[in-house]
Amino acid sequence: MQLEERYTIKKSNPVVKVLVYILLVIWAFINIFPIYFMFTFSFKSNEEIFGANVIGLPHKWLWSNYVSAMNTGNMGRYFVNSVLVTTISIFISLAAAMMATYALTRIKWWGAGITNAFFMLGLTIPLQASIVPIYVLLSKLHWLSHYSTLIVPYSAFTLSMSILICTGFMVDIPYDLDEAARIDGCGLWATFGRIIVPLLKPAYATIGIYAFLQCWNEFMFANVFISDAEHRTLPVGIKALSGAYTTDWGPIGAALVIATFPTLIVYIFLCRKIQDSFIAGAVKG
Amino acid sequence: MADNNSNQNAANKKIKNAGFRKGLDIFLFLLPAILLFVGILIAPIAVSLYRSFQKWDGFQPGVFIGIKNYRDLFFSGSVHFVPALKNALIIAFFSVFVQLPFSLLLALLLGRKYKGERFFLTVYFMPVLISTVVIGQLWLKIYNPDYGILNRVLGAVGLSNWQHIWVGDPKTALGAVVVPTIWQYIGYHMLLMYAGVKGVSSDLREAAMLDGATNWQVDRYVVIPVIKPIIRTSVIFAVTGSLKSYDLVRIITNAGPTHKTEVPSTLLEDMLFLRNKYGMGSTISVMLIILCFAFALAITAIFKEKGE
Repeated sequence: MQLEERYTIKKSNPVVKVLVYILLVIWAFINIFPIYFMFTFSFKSNEEIFGANVIGLPHKWLWSNYVSAMNTGNMGRYFVNSVLVTTISIFISLAAAMMATYALTRIKWWGAGITNAFFMLGLTIPLQASIVPIYVLLSKLHWLSHYSTLIVPYSAFTLSMSILICTGFMVDIPYDLDEAARIDGCGLWATFGRIIVPLLKPAYATIGIYAFLQCWNEFMFANVFISDAEHRTLPVGIKALSGAYTTDWGPIGAALVIATFPTLIVYIFLCRKIQDSFIAGAVKG
Repeated sequence: MADNNSNQNAANKKIKNAGFRKGLDIFLFLLPAILLFVGILIAPIAVSLYRSFQKWDGFQPGVFIGIKNYRDLFFSGSVHFVPALKNALIIAFFSVFVQLPFSLLLALLLGRKYKGERFFLTVYFMPVLISTVVIGQLWLKIYNPDYGILNRVLGAVGLSNWQHIWVGDPKTALGAVVVPTIWQYIGYHMLLMYAGVKGVSSDLREAAMLDGATNWQVDRYVVIPVIKPIIRTSVIFAVTGSLKSYDLVRIITNAGPTHKTEVPSTLLEDMLFLRNKYGMGSTISVMLIILCFAFALAITAIFKEKGE
């Protein structure tokens, strides 16, 4: 330990170290600045944004920007829509993934490997692949612009990743537990419901975080499939709002903050967990 | 004897029943996932493939035209697919040769246990979490020709002849999309690589240090070879992600000016909404799948060759 210490000190050049710190700090600034800029201009009037006070804190904190984003801009509605669509999609994806993973990892049968590989195809397939047929089908059924128009595809698109993450967690549960449950007279379903589902709690968070970000931020399907204001999610709502408020920056800033703060607040509290869920998703795939 | 036989039969039946029961259970466990996956991904892709050989407006029955759509994709100027693909590949190029090396540099630096390592990591990853629509809107404000920060900064440091209508000028429009794209996901790749760097056993690192290797040599000869699989994953994500790019293009330039920043996905959308060319739209979908898989395979092959 001491030896390593001595060698490390000997090898690291203080000038390099300072330069590295400067680089790290500059890059941190470049990452924080746009978010800082967004927060501050969401409270400013056009006069401040355009001239008097471009990057400082607001002289006058204009909550009215938020009021107009919520009322005229309808952001409240879009927020609720996003919450609804995202929550239900996560729930469906998680339930379907847990069931499928159970069948693929804890029941011994001939097709488990190939079925798993089949689901993993979904990790590479671009969303764009299915957009035309789904759009045509939904428009023929007059089913565009419903919540389910987004919920079903979102559940499907997050499914592969959910199964992948679920598999990682499920193989870590000792198989003795299944056997013990079997001996006590539990069937497959009872074992699943009473043993596996409760033990998978840590997986809920990882999958939930991943699916949340996918669905909350999804733009292409929402933009193509939702044409009425009533069912817009936040990303589409922001696009519409920015079209309506081309000259008034404050309310747009407020809308951007409304769409972003849930994510950032969750991130502040769960940053480790969120980072881990991204690593789990990518490194195993 | 007869008794024994019938016993065995019963037992066989029981096993068969159990087998059937098990099969049914497996099927039921898989059913929701299969319905979703096949219904939303596999079946539509099959339909896309079928429609990609047709001239189809989405409402009348399609007319089978063989590979004409595919030929038009590459050889007919009116489709604009080749320029769109070129734009996507330019984004991919900058992702692989600018974004990833910088991500790797950050990951290696943070892997050296500097003070504040967690803080930097957390900050660098933040843009990944923010919706691309929000990022796009923010950058639009930064690019704004009259009030945007970019032109103001240039004016303030005496470079006012560099000031530009960034998004509206065909020469800079694609760059205006590339910069935020690269910026946003540096943190993502950095995180993956950092996880790999942290996974390198400290014994290995110490051994190299004791042999007199500098930090850079350790990174070059010990760490990078170990995290190669992660770098490969990152390259695949960067390239397929660029091929799929849509959000920032739609928000920042809206594929303009005059189609200069069109990418395959925006083109696909136009085929549906502006041109009613559903057959051609399907062809673009299929082409995107083929390209994504082809690039993923090619990158894997390149990494394999280099590894040997």
